[in-house]
Amino acid sequence: MILEEVRRIEADGTERTTSVRIGSDMSPNVDGRGLLVLPGLIDLHAHLREPGYEESETVATGARAALRGGFTTVCAMANTMPAIDSPGLVAELAARGRDARAARVLPVAAITRGREGKQLADLVELAAAGAVAFSDDGDPVDDARLFRSALEYAHAARRPVMEHVQDRALSGRGVMHEGAVSAALGLPGIPAAAEESAVARDIAIAKLTGARLHLQHVSTAGALELVRHAKADGISVTCEVTPHHLALTDEWVGGSRAFVWEPMRGASPPQTPQKVEDDPQTPRGVPYDSATKVNPPLRTAADVRALWRGLADGTVDAIATDHAPHASFRKDVEYAEAAFGISGIETALAVLLMAVDAGMGELGAVVRALTSGPARVLDMRGPDDLIVVDPALEWTVTAGALASKGKNTPLLGRRLRGKVIAAVVEGEVRYRDETAMQGRAGPPGRIKGAEAIARR
Amino acid sequence: MTWSRRHVLATDDWSRDEIELVLQQSEAMLEVLARPMRRTPALRGRTVVLFFAEASTRTRISFELAAKALSADTSIITASGSSIEKGETLFDTVRTLEALGADIVVMRHGAAGAPYFVAERVSSAVINAGDGWHAHPTQGLLDALTLRTSLGALEGKRIVIVGDVLHSRVARSDIHTLVPLGARITLSGPATLMPSAWRCGQLPAGVAFEEDVDRALDGADAVIALRLQRERMDAGLLPSLREYALTWGLSEVRVARMRPGAPVLHPGPMNEGIEIEAAVAHGPRSLIERQVTNGVAVRMALLHLLSTTPGAPAARGGGEADRREGKEVAA
Ligand SMILES: [Zn+2]
Repeated sequence: MILEEVRRIEADGTERTTSVRIGSDMSPNVDGRGLLVLPGLIDLHAHLREPGYEESETVATGARAALRGGFTTVCAMANTMPAIDSPGLVAELAARGRDARAARVLPVAAITRGREGKQLADLVELAAAGAVAFSDDGDPVDDARLFRSALEYAHAARRPVMEHVQDRALSGRGVMHEGAVSAALGLPGIPAAAEESAVARDIAIAKLTGARLHLQHVSTAGALELVRHAKADGISVTCEVTPHHLALTDEWVGGSRAFVWEPMRGASPPQTPQKVEDDPQTPRGVPYDSATKVNPPLRTAADVRALWRGLADGTVDAIATDHAPHASFRKDVEYAEAAFGISGIETALAVLLMAVDAGMGELGAVVRALTSGPARVLDMRGPDDLIVVDPALEWTVTAGALASKGKNTPLLGRRLRGKVIAAVVEGEVRYRDETAMQGRAGPPGRIKGAEAIARR
Repeated sequence: MTWSRRHVLATDDWSRDEIELVLQQSEAMLEVLARPMRRTPALRGRTVVLFFAEASTRTRISFELAAKALSADTSIITASGSSIEKGETLFDTVRTLEALGADIVVMRHGAAGAPYFVAERVSSAVINAGDGWHAHPTQGLLDALTLRTSLGALEGKRIVIVGDVLHSRVARSDIHTLVPLGARITLSGPATLMPSAWRCGQLPAGVAFEEDVDRALDGADAVIALRLQRERMDAGLLPSLREYALTWGLSEVRVARMRPGAPVLHPGPMNEGIEIEAAVAHGPRSLIERQVTNGVAVRMALLHLLSTTPGAPAARGGGEADRREGKEVAA
């Protein structure tokens, strides 16, 4: 199939209007006007939960969900049970990824044995077995001396260390961002300083070792400022931000469901009492919805704007989803008891496109952070994968609309604009939204045929 | 003003009229309580379940007395001696509550937001009797009733809240209730026991922070002392209880800085000699016993109002007759 007159954006953010061949079937040409063709997106950070937590996600369901979200390459985090800390487990994970024949799954191995933060895993061997990076994500490496050794060894293995930046003494038992909203809701807070002090420590150790350090899910203005300075000093540090930290704020814990660029009626209680009926345009959820519980927590609007500035000036290298699916029993509990994490790999691109529409940033910068940026972090050449996106297609986020087993997203019930309608991995069309494609088919004769396919 | 709330989870989004309505009804209930037969048939045939996942004899008994005075049937689910101790989840308890078919669930829970969780999932009306650090709406309302009886209208009155505001649902509910009535609040206490946003100027409307308790009390119209939990010291938030008593405790000398006769409140139970001196707790300014009586009246008013909510489950079976009866009670 050939898409005609389609807007194609390259991994460097440049764009042109052109014809693009999608797969090798001989179906007639399709009008591509209004569609976007992008390089396959690369997600540096996803939790596929296998082995050990198959009730929340498997490699197969996660890789399929990734593809539907436009991610043709996905890095699987090592916080499984057991943790991915041996060459055998790395190879097994990679094999399951290949069997899924969906998104390409790249294993990330643990930094320490069992992710216990006590003893280094065999990093060189893990790299040889196919680990593309090392991370104890879910937890930081608390011990600074051990973290130094990890960076030294990862350097020898020619792989980056991806660090979950959090000072656990400071974050304590916090469950949301510490600020005006946590004060009003009476929930223990995680101060921005818990992230910033960890970022400062890690940057100092990266400077000491000269190794490649990648900071995961940076979420505060202050942390980003530290990264900006480190980069200016020539330290080998990269960082990622997540789509939820680019769109949602801590007000969501209090029940707001307005994206940061949408007008919000009423701040969180008790500053300005609000009535739910006030504004049908910006729907409100219930306060204390555990779907908003994520680590690092949703921050303030000022932090969100700082992340967008970082994306524009290159301080932010990548947008990574931190897709963290959870079975409902881990979330259907009191807010303080609920697991941290948002299932976000299928909503990421739509949310980002809506943010771009709202003027938060440039499309080119977003595409770079989803393609060439993460490729550079992994020091790999971007694959030749392609995705086709209908940026105008509206859809509602429902449990049924998500391929992931994790339905834990605060976007449930929200209407989003922008949807991936085809994904090509290694020259093979591995995902195709038939309903969306059929409306596009050229001559009337073919539309009938497409309908027949859809009915089947 | 007509009552339309299905639940009482927090008063943070209540209008002044709604608060006034509850206070008026509470005053009517105080009259009922003053009668020799402290009982009206307003909730006859209705079931009130008291679900107390966190121990609190005082609040539980207050709700129980309120429900009984309205002739409701009550049953109690407590943490100790029930399956909650054996690892039953809140979700399981929700199923039990639903099976019991309660008209009104009164719940106390250690986790902020737990009443929202329950209210979303049961058909009963839910009254929050205290959730973690978040809210204790009946305490806020009874403090408002107590202060209004003592001070008259609260418009322009300055009320000081002293102590562990960070961990206090009472402080939050007092703010939610007193500010809409026109009062101004001054919070005072150690910075470690204050939400950082409130200490750094991001305060709710009508609320100020003054670290120095003596300055906070100067010329104030009333003071509410908060209970200090001993475990705050173990958590490294306080050097010692003695230092706390010296720096923040309500002594006779301190309370004398307020306007002459300005009253002293405490949600109880008190740590005498720590956040409040015995002479103050039992002195002429103390309204602490009054708070206990008012607590029963406020809880009666809310139980009754919830049974009048149009279309609400707590009102089911309750026809015009019941509602008329209710009006009579409140008249
Ligand atoms: Zn993480």
